[in-house]
Amino acid sequence: MDHALEVRGVSLRFGGVHALTDVSFAIRKGELFSIIGPNGAGKTSMVNCISGRYKPTEGEIFFGGKSINRLKTNARASLGIGRTFQNLALFHHMTVLDNIMVGRHHLLKNNFITGSLYWLTGARREELQHRRKVEEIIDFLDLQSVRKAPAGTLSYGLRKRVELARAMALEPQLILLDEPMAGMNLEEKEDMARYIVDLNEEFGMTVVMIEHDMGVVMDISHRVMVLDFGRKIAEGLPGDVLADPHVRKAYLGEEDPALVDPSEASAMAESAA
Amino acid sequence: MAASSLIPAGDFRSTYGADTTIFPTATSRNMAILGILILVAVPTAFSWLGVSPYWLTLLIQIGYYGIAALGLNILVGFTGQISIGHAAFFGFGAFASAYVSSKLGVPVFFAIPLAGVMTAAVGLVFGLPAARLKGLYLAIATLAAQYILLDFFSRAEWFTGGTVPALAEPFSLFGYTVRSDQQYFYVVLAYLVVCFLLATNLMRSRDGRALVAVRDHYLSAEIMGINLTKYRTLSFGLAAFFAGIGGALYAHNQGVVSNEGFGIDRSILFLAMIIIGGLGSIMGTLMGTAFMVLLPEAMEWLTALLRDTPIDQALALRPNIAFLREIAIGLVIVLFLIFEPDGLAHRWRQIKAYWKLYPFSH
Repeated sequence: MDHALEVRGVSLRFGGVHALTDVSFAIRKGELFSIIGPNGAGKTSMVNCISGRYKPTEGEIFFGGKSINRLKTNARASLGIGRTFQNLALFHHMTVLDNIMVGRHHLLKNNFITGSLYWLTGARREELQHRRKVEEIIDFLDLQSVRKAPAGTLSYGLRKRVELARAMALEPQLILLDEPMAGMNLEEKEDMARYIVDLNEEFGMTVVMIEHDMGVVMDISHRVMVLDFGRKIAEGLPGDVLADPHVRKAYLGEEDPALVDPSEASAMAESAA
Repeated sequence: MAASSLIPAGDFRSTYGADTTIFPTATSRNMAILGILILVAVPTAFSWLGVSPYWLTLLIQIGYYGIAALGLNILVGFTGQISIGHAAFFGFGAFASAYVSSKLGVPVFFAIPLAGVMTAAVGLVFGLPAARLKGLYLAIATLAAQYILLDFFSRAEWFTGGTVPALAEPFSLFGYTVRSDQQYFYVVLAYLVVCFLLATNLMRSRDGRALVAVRDHYLSAEIMGINLTKYRTLSFGLAAFFAGIGGALYAHNQGVVSNEGFGIDRSILFLAMIIIGGLGSIMGTLMGTAFMVLLPEAMEWLTALLRDTPIDQALALRPNIAFLREIAIGLVIVLFLIFEPDGLAHRWRQIKAYWKLYPFSH
């Protein structure tokens, strides 16, 4: 089996806090993989380990078959790992266009000397070529109207979309989305879900998504992993995970069997799936 | 939104190339060219009109300080670092250019950019702590650069002449030697235009964007593949490069370079220039420099007006009237920071926006 990403026995500790304990999983190429779990379960810590923000205390992470443990954060971007942030992390004073252009940093060749000489060194030609690519992303995410607006002036939903655009501009093989739909209304969520599915199917990116909206997770994910207190408690097809008693207990909330009759509970699980 | 409203209705760009020009409209570009042409005519016009040559030296000062301040703006305004040792790099450029031109015999035309490169190398070394330090801690680290370099100037006699001022050859090109301020004005103007073009180009290409990204959100910049250590250090190198060019131009204007004038007070003045001009604004840098160079002159003139007036007599200022000037300069800067914290560049944009829509500005 060809794995895009493989996480083997990763633990992460901050002093006495065990953020992650012996987590292992593997993501296939082209998969849309969701990580769910209650607050503080270690979902974002897991993504931070993959993107290089944190170094795992134990264990190893493989990307495309090679260990990336010792790779610096910025080198992981050129390797093909892109991500968005849970709390927006755009470049506030830059325009949307420039924000997305920053995403193409590792694909651009000009340095500060050739860039300063702009017309003489082909920096201009390179800028225009990449502008074309950026415009494709702008078209895909419907950002045309805010192209020249400073990112800090946009509404929350638009900022989330610009973050996605910036991560896409990296042309990553693996894209990590940390709560792409948090704080959005229903319409924005539907749009975002559509974009994520297209990202996966049309652009062929492997997607790892952290999301709390169970409806969306069950709808679009190929597989789901559940974390609780830094441990993996389940992994599998969305329907199976949802029916798992451990998951129900940890995340979805346990029902008192005395109050709810079992046929109703299973009907609820099915409708959610 | 404010920025986009400055483009006149009906001015559409149909290519990406037209959308990446330095000047947003043809008019603004032509105005800039016109401005340079007016400056070209200034030395001749001054001598016709009998303006004191002192004003020309002030314009030259704005030129070389402006180039140095541009470097500091790249560091502080665009990359979000801090430096309170900029004047030391300015001084290093001055000594370096004097050294390579008079001791090593390099033609001054090449000595100036060479001094820039040498200063950049020194700036890179002193920029290394920036990879680890931020904010106030970095400020103190750059303060160390200020004092280490000043100490170096007074001890390294082979390089600076120690207590004896170093000689700097006059500027010459193709065997023609520039001796008067009238001619040197063009040298500074040419360097100024080139430096500002280089900086503008830098900021609209890959590495310039990376610098701004580091300022705005360094964590996500790193995730976007930007090497923080490299770009933080690089920004010190770039700042020192422009400081070196400015210092070299200063050296060849003065003819001699002494240890004076590269102290921390000058570093603070450089910071004042870019804060008043507008952090993160290339043209604002020049406005701020002009403001800081001309402010003492304006205050001198105002305090002179006050001499022997009833106010002067009532307060018995007489010999202390000169101090009034210093106080006024401080006061103007404080008032400026309160009422115009975004700098002259911001005010200038608002004035332009107002006239663009005049008389229907609301």
